[in-house]
Order: sequence, then structure tokens, then C-alpha cells
Amino acid sequence: MSESKQIELVCPAGGLPALRSAVDHGADCVYVGFRDETNARNFAGLNFDDAGLTEGIRYAHRAGARVFVALNTYPQSANWARWTRAVDRAADLGVDAVIMADPALMAYARRTHPRLRIHLSVQGSATNHEAINFYHEHFGIQRAVLPRVLALPQIRHVVANTPVQIEVFGFGGLCVMVEGRCALSAYATGVSPNCDGACSPAKAVRWEQTPRGMEVRLNTVLVDRFDTGERAGYPTLCKGRYDVDGHTYYAFEDPASLNALELLPELLQAGVRAVKIEGRQRSPAYVAEVTRVWRKAIDACLSDGASFRPAAASMSALAQLSEGQTHTLGAYDRPWK
Amino acid sequence: MSSFQLALGPLAYYWPRARTLAFYESAAQAPLDVIYVGETICSRRHELRANDWLALADDLASSGKQIVLSSQVLLESEPDVKAMRRLAENGRFLVEANDMGAVRLMQHRVPFVAGASLNLFNEQSLSLLGQLGAVRWVVPAEMSAEDLAAVQAARAANMQTELLVYGRLPLAYSARCFTARHFKLQKDACEFRCIEFDDGLRLRTRDGDAFLVLNGIQTLSDRVLNLVAELPALSELGIDVLRISPQANGTLRVVQLFRDVIDGTLALGQAAEAVGELAPGETCNGFWHGQSGMAQVLA
Repeated sequence: MSESKQIELVCPAGGLPALRSAVDHGADCVYVGFRDETNARNFAGLNFDDAGLTEGIRYAHRAGARVFVALNTYPQSANWARWTRAVDRAADLGVDAVIMADPALMAYARRTHPRLRIHLSVQGSATNHEAINFYHEHFGIQRAVLPRVLALPQIRHVVANTPVQIEVFGFGGLCVMVEGRCALSAYATGVSPNCDGACSPAKAVRWEQTPRGMEVRLNTVLVDRFDTGERAGYPTLCKGRYDVDGHTYYAFEDPASLNALELLPELLQAGVRAVKIEGRQRSPAYVAEVTRVWRKAIDACLSDGASFRPAAASMSALAQLSEGQTHTLGAYDRPWK
Repeated sequence: MSSFQLALGPLAYYWPRARTLAFYESAAQAPLDVIYVGETICSRRHELRANDWLALADDLASSGKQIVLSSQVLLESEPDVKAMRRLAENGRFLVEANDMGAVRLMQHRVPFVAGASLNLFNEQSLSLLGQLGAVRWVVPAEMSAEDLAAVQAARAANMQTELLVYGRLPLAYSARCFTARHFKLQKDACEFRCIEFDDGLRLRTRDGDAFLVLNGIQTLSDRVLNLVAELPALSELGIDVLRISPQANGTLRVVQLFRDVIDGTLALGQAAEAVGELAPGETCNGFWHGQSGMAQVLA
């Protein structure tokens, strides 16, 4: 198997049990975050302290897997040192890569820890090869994670025009907006994905049974209202139903999560080097199941090549993990184009 | 407060050609120092094509104002990148880089403006962009006064700071077109319906509160940022350029109100009220005060 035919499976872990699940079920890499706003899944009860990460790295390395740390939010001047300390911690603990968005933080990492591998986070909003090559020239990034907005031909074009490895999302929650360029949560709640590492935070959610139905608000904003028997989803702002010109509908996107499993041969063919599974907030059982299915599919795809079709059992296993939501190929396929 | 420059930000909406040209003809006469032109939202829009924007820039330059070409925020395809390259290599006008790809095409070669979507949240990143040739930066919409003060204290003397002080807040960009979606149209066959909404397509919550505005692939706040009452604080922070973002109506009157306050001929309270009356929605200033962006904090 030539190197260009490799595709890594990058799985999420919000804690040690999920990390072990991912490693045990065949993840090539696991990505994690520290317990603060230095990463984009800054949720209560989630993430790693130094002891946990030390153990996680030991566990992963022993199994031949790698650990990436997401430091992918934007530091402000007043708290800059918290991010640089996080870079130092990650380097000192021996992580295999850091995933970053802030240019100066990348410069710091390169200067201070020249052997530390840098990946450009999806939060860096790099959707074209010129932007990716900018980060490569200045900070020596070795991989870029593409925002979930590009179609397959566009991904092919990016891969062909950069020396940087390309990682794309394969499964999980779907940002409708370009990551790093969305302030909807900050606008409605004051909690910013870019700076605080959280979107539509749980602390701002209010459920209320009313005569009109079950209403859910984020801060003061009514995100949706559900009739009895309707599945009430989490009130992420871009997933709500709103009124536009007298019509009430999902104004941004129908609720659906991403499943690009059937595109694996095309992603491989395009030269994509890694597929990322979203969901550091998910349970160890979820991580185990998604990792297992994707591992099997990647191995099958590597041996079957273009004739690969995902097994029906794989698709139904993934469908069951999505809490009744439907699946979409998202921007890769662009049904709305 | 006479040290402020007043800038007209790029037109986010899609207006018919004649209206756009008429708007800029008036803008040329308005008490502005800087005018940003160009299509920043969608490459399908064609009432003015790249060459038309350049010709407009040429016309406007004779007004003596500084003319800046703004680049598209979301660059997806090779034609998008090519268009940006032409802009970066225009050879005459300063360019506002709204993507790091645009920065790459201008770095160490020509001076440029670092746009708000570059997410410069700290002085270290600002300084880095300065070394590459940025001569001005536009503060991210969600940045608070407190965070900005820290950056201002450390920024290089030759780096100008520009802050959005009036207009709907640009909140999000997507590959999807929400205006086309509203009309159940494919993006590639959108019939350019966004041209029907000169102030964007209003989105309300199910209990009727005006919340957001859809403008093609862009989502804006429904509430209108109004920082006129903060002008003394902005002066103290050393903000150099105040950006007024074009709305369908009253934009140049808002420019005049800001100018009058800067010139000391209009009291802050009166100006705040007058600007509020011209705004196409309720006003807000929450981001500036470190709160949710939609909040209106009383002065």
C-alpha cells in the first residue's frame, strides 16, 4: 500500500474513557482538549487535566495511536498567557500535534517548541489553498482541517495545490456556518465559539412548557417550539425554526448530522489524508461504536478501492447513533447547490 | 474628537446597479474620509462586476477620499481565488483582506487592511499582520472595549484601528445561501432573489421578535449597532477610523450625524437619538460592553 493511499481515522475524546474507547476500536489518532476555554469544546465535566492527558498519551502510544490537543480558540491580550501555557503543557506532555487557529499562537508554538507538529484547526476558517499555504509558510503547519462548507471538487482542488495534509470531517454534528466565522452564539448569549470555546451554551438554555407547546430559549431568544410528540432537539441557534416572511421553517438547515461514509473512496481518491469524527462531548460508548464502524469501513475501502460500498449494517449502526436525526452528505454533495 | 476618520464600509446587500452607483455618487459628496467598495458576500452577484467596482473606485478617487477594495469573505472555488488575486494585484488601491489567502497574496508586497473576519483578537496576531504589511485592522465585531483596550495599548504606532460603529452586525457566513433556501431555490439557480431585499430578509423568532437578517450566504443581526454615544471612549482608546455600514436608508445622514458630533456641533445624546431613529431596527451595543451582542446597555 503506497503512502498516498493511507487515510487516518481521527476520533474525539472528552475524557479518558472515551480516549480508551477510541484507541481500543481502531482510531489512528485521538483529539482532546484541556479543561478551559483554550479549546472549542469548553463544556463542564469534559476534557483533560495534565494527569489525565499523561495517562491518555501513554495509553494511546502503547497501542500505536497518536494524541492531538486542540488549542483552537482565539486568545485575547489579557489572557494570552493561558494559551501559551497550554501550548507548553501539550509539548511537555509529549502530544503528537496541536490543533490551532490563532496565528500568533502558532508562531509561539513554532518558536518555543520547534519540533511540535502544528495542525490548522477548522476554526481557522481556511477554505482555499492560498490561506492554507499562508499558514504553512509562516508557521510550518503540516495539516489543515477544512471547514464543513466545501464540495468534493473544491476539496480536490485544495489538495492539489498545497503541500499541507488535508483532514476533513466524516461524521457527527454539522456546522452550517463557516467555523471561526460565526458569532450567532456570542450575539444571543455572550458566549463565543471563537473566544470562549462554546456555542449555544447549556447554561443559557431554558425549556418551558406553554399552551403553545414546549418552548426552548437560548438566553431570551426563542429558538424553537415543539408540539407533543415532536422530537425536541438541542437549541443550537442555527438549528432552530424561525419565521421568515410568514413562513416558519428551519431557516438555516434541516436538523441532520453529517455522515460521509459512502464518500470514503472519493475522499481517498482526492488525496484527503485524514477523516475526523466530531463529538468530544459524546459518550465513550458512542465514540466506541463510531470508531468501530469507521475503522472497518476504512480498512474495507483501502482493500476494495473504488468498488467500496459501505455495508448496510454500518450505515444503520451510524444512523442509530444520531438520536433519530437524519443523515446528510452536507456540503460535500451540495443537494442545495 | 477631531482625530477620527469616517469610513463607509462595503455594501453587504445586493442592490440594482443604478441604485448602487447613485448611492456611491452621494457618498462621494458626504463627509467621509474612506470608502470601501466591492462585493464581499457572493460571487454570483453581478449588477456590478469586478471591473465595474474598479471603475467605480476610479470615479470615487477623484473625490479625494481614500478608496479601499474589499475582498470576498468566503473563498471556496478557484474562480473565487482568481478574483481575489486580481484584486490583490490591482496596483492602485488599498485592499481590505477578508481572508488569510488574500493576505498571502499581498504580504511583503503591498500595504493592506486586515479585515474583521481575520479574527485578530490579540496584539501578538495584530503585530504579526503588521509585519506582513497591514497598515490598518478592523476590529472583530464581537470584541469588547476591554479586550480592545489591551490591544490598543500594545499596537504599533503606524497601525490604524478601525471599528464598526453603526450598522447591522455581520454575524456569520455559510456556503449555503439562506435567501435561496427561503425561496426553495438551488444556490446555482437562485434567480438573484436577494436583490429584492435592500436591507436583507428579516428573520423572526416564533414569538415574533426580530432576531436576524438573511443576506444570501451572510447572516446579520437584526438589531443595529450604534456606538455614537461611545465616541468619547473611542477617542480615549485611540480608535483611528469609524466604520459606518451601509443600510438601505439613512446611511449618509448617519454619516453626517457622526461628523457633527466629531466636529463638536451636535451633542452626544441628540446624536444617539437621531441615529437610533434612522436605524432600520432596534439598536444594540452589547459586544462593546462585553455582553451578548444584542444587548443594549444604557450609557
